[in-house]
Amino acid sequence: MTGTSEGAVLKGKRILIAKPGLDGHDVGAKVIALALRDAGAEVIYTGLRKTPDYIARIAVDEDVDAVGLSVLSGSHRDLVEQTRASLEAIEAGDIPIFLGGTIPAEDWPELYALGVKRIYTSEMPLGDVIASIAETLK
Amino acid sequence: MTASLKQAAPHEDLPRTPSGIELPVVATAKDHGVDDSLPGEYPFTRGIFPDGFRGRLWTMRQYAGFGSAEDSNERYKFLLKHGQTGLSVALDLPTQCGYDPDDGIARPEVGKVGVSLSNLSEMEILFDGIDLSKISTSFTINGTAAIIYAMYIACADKKGVPRAKLTGTIQNDILKEYVARGTWIFPVRPSMRLIADSILYANDVTPRFNPISIAGAHVRDAGSTAVEEMAYTLANGLAYVDELISRGGDVAKFAKRLSFFFYVHMDFFEEVCKFRAGRRLWARLLQERYGVTDDKALMFRFGVVCGGSSLTAAQPFNNVVRVATETMAAVLGGAQSIFTAAYDEAFQIPTEFAAELALRTQQVVAYESGIANSVDPLGGSHLVEFLTDRMEEEMRRVMDEIDAYGGVTKAIEDGWMQSRIAERALERKKNVDSGKTVVVGVNAFTKSDEGASTGETFQLDPGAAKRVIDKLEAVRARRNNAAVERELDRLAQAAENDRENLMPYLVDCAHAYVTVGEMVERLKRRWGNFQEPIGI
Repeated sequence: MTGTSEGAVLKGKRILIAKPGLDGHDVGAKVIALALRDAGAEVIYTGLRKTPDYIARIAVDEDVDAVGLSVLSGSHRDLVEQTRASLEAIEAGDIPIFLGGTIPAEDWPELYALGVKRIYTSEMPLGDVIASIAETLK
Repeated sequence: MTASLKQAAPHEDLPRTPSGIELPVVATAKDHGVDDSLPGEYPFTRGIFPDGFRGRLWTMRQYAGFGSAEDSNERYKFLLKHGQTGLSVALDLPTQCGYDPDDGIARPEVGKVGVSLSNLSEMEILFDGIDLSKISTSFTINGTAAIIYAMYIACADKKGVPRAKLTGTIQNDILKEYVARGTWIFPVRPSMRLIADSILYANDVTPRFNPISIAGAHVRDAGSTAVEEMAYTLANGLAYVDELISRGGDVAKFAKRLSFFFYVHMDFFEEVCKFRAGRRLWARLLQERYGVTDDKALMFRFGVVCGGSSLTAAQPFNNVVRVATETMAAVLGGAQSIFTAAYDEAFQIPTEFAAELALRTQQVVAYESGIANSVDPLGGSHLVEFLTDRMEEEMRRVMDEIDAYGGVTKAIEDGWMQSRIAERALERKKNVDSGKTVVVGVNAFTKSDEGASTGETFQLDPGAAKRVIDKLEAVRARRNNAAVERELDRLAQAAENDRENLMPYLVDCAHAYVTVGEMVERLKRRWGNFQEPIGI
């Protein structure tokens, strides 16, 4: 899985891909994880059903540059807010959060207000998603 | 398979189906074998009934459920009033994963993707005013399937409906949860025991109820091809057969109550032939491996979803056309029940308008198109017979790969199947991104004002979760808590003995208003949690 058109724009970056809550749809998370790896990033994937506290702790322990949350169950608002709070509680509120999944457009302003850097849905081309993450983490 | 299949030289430019099968420009009799079987005859290539849909149309079963039991009960009555012939219950994630709604990890998810059913009193509300002896009910439930089934029986008992009259289905297919859907709870071994318990119990107590629906749908939606969807599903099916036999089950008896569940995607002929090939292959496998001869036990009965990941959020009204096309493929493939997804399903819980339009879509196909009037009308088409042969061959090849790896359980515990699906998903995504796979409105024929008109939006009642938790507290306060402890202890005791069927104990727990979370917690103490392999 190397040599894609994205190149290694994320070389040297460490990114945590996390599945908070009970949602079991992990294909999007895994596809993004593979694409991030293709783009040179070191990817840590949490697996399913993790609490916001657990995700925050792994983010700090692994010294990541960003946390990507994947939520398809409609619970994104609560889970983003809780993850943000968990990160802040251990003085890691500066780690940027990206969000992917089934996220209705009308929820986006509130999610940005809660501190999400960028929101991605399944129909966006992977190349665009990677470029956007790279641009944000520059 | 016939020798002529191998003659075509592989050539990159040849059109292929999404599963990678090369298609001839024109198929002729030379391209396929001879299968003279009639509908209703082994190996059932042309369908399981001699008269197809003339005797009885497929069941139109729309998946619905959200918020509290009261909300869902109202939607069910609406759907039944509009001519739906079976109910399909969507459960929320806490119920599916075995947490009560007041559990910390559950709270953000209560009532979100389905209805919250934490105990028998919620089930009683859910089916209030609905006659369980007349309506078949399908529950999309896996990790806690045995518990929800126990509650359904307890609910029928309370309503005075004889258990033997219950019809419906619990999905109860844990293997694909580990691979694609993610609502596993216990490790593979005790999960297989619970499934065998529920199937063997159902065969005796609710003989008209389908205690398992072995599902390829989720693996497919996650990324696998049509061939892999069927191959993985049949491999899982054989794993259940082996488990049941090891528990003393009689394959000629329990096989009559195994059913299957798939997605229909957009490649029309591949989908039709997937069902023809899968139906034939299942009958052959049961005969080859277990010597089953009873026709009824060899019949491959299945339901489908038309929609899923073939639907798009961009230009959502296009989804109506997709669902109509897929419905025709399902009918021509001989499905026993069809769920047509609503056009807005790709991005929200369907509105009533969208849900009704989805049901109307299959009613138009059923009553106006005429395609259900003769059995297997595509049978004998050279292309259809060619693809049926080729897909069966490819399905066997994939199943052999799983066997060579060491079988389904090992492939799942190691994460081998999960990795394969993730790689397929990435491949599918790249093909869409590059335009190799055309998706109208997404990577072709796009408009600049995309996403603007999706019709009305559905709003979940934000108070639903709180009401669910309030009701749970009230149940805990008014039930006989000594009886709860007693039933939980009996359950735990029975779980110690692997040969004991746990179903009667779960039914007793349900009657005592023990919650889903309490039953799961008690079983976890004995069995532990599944350890997810998370390598990617």
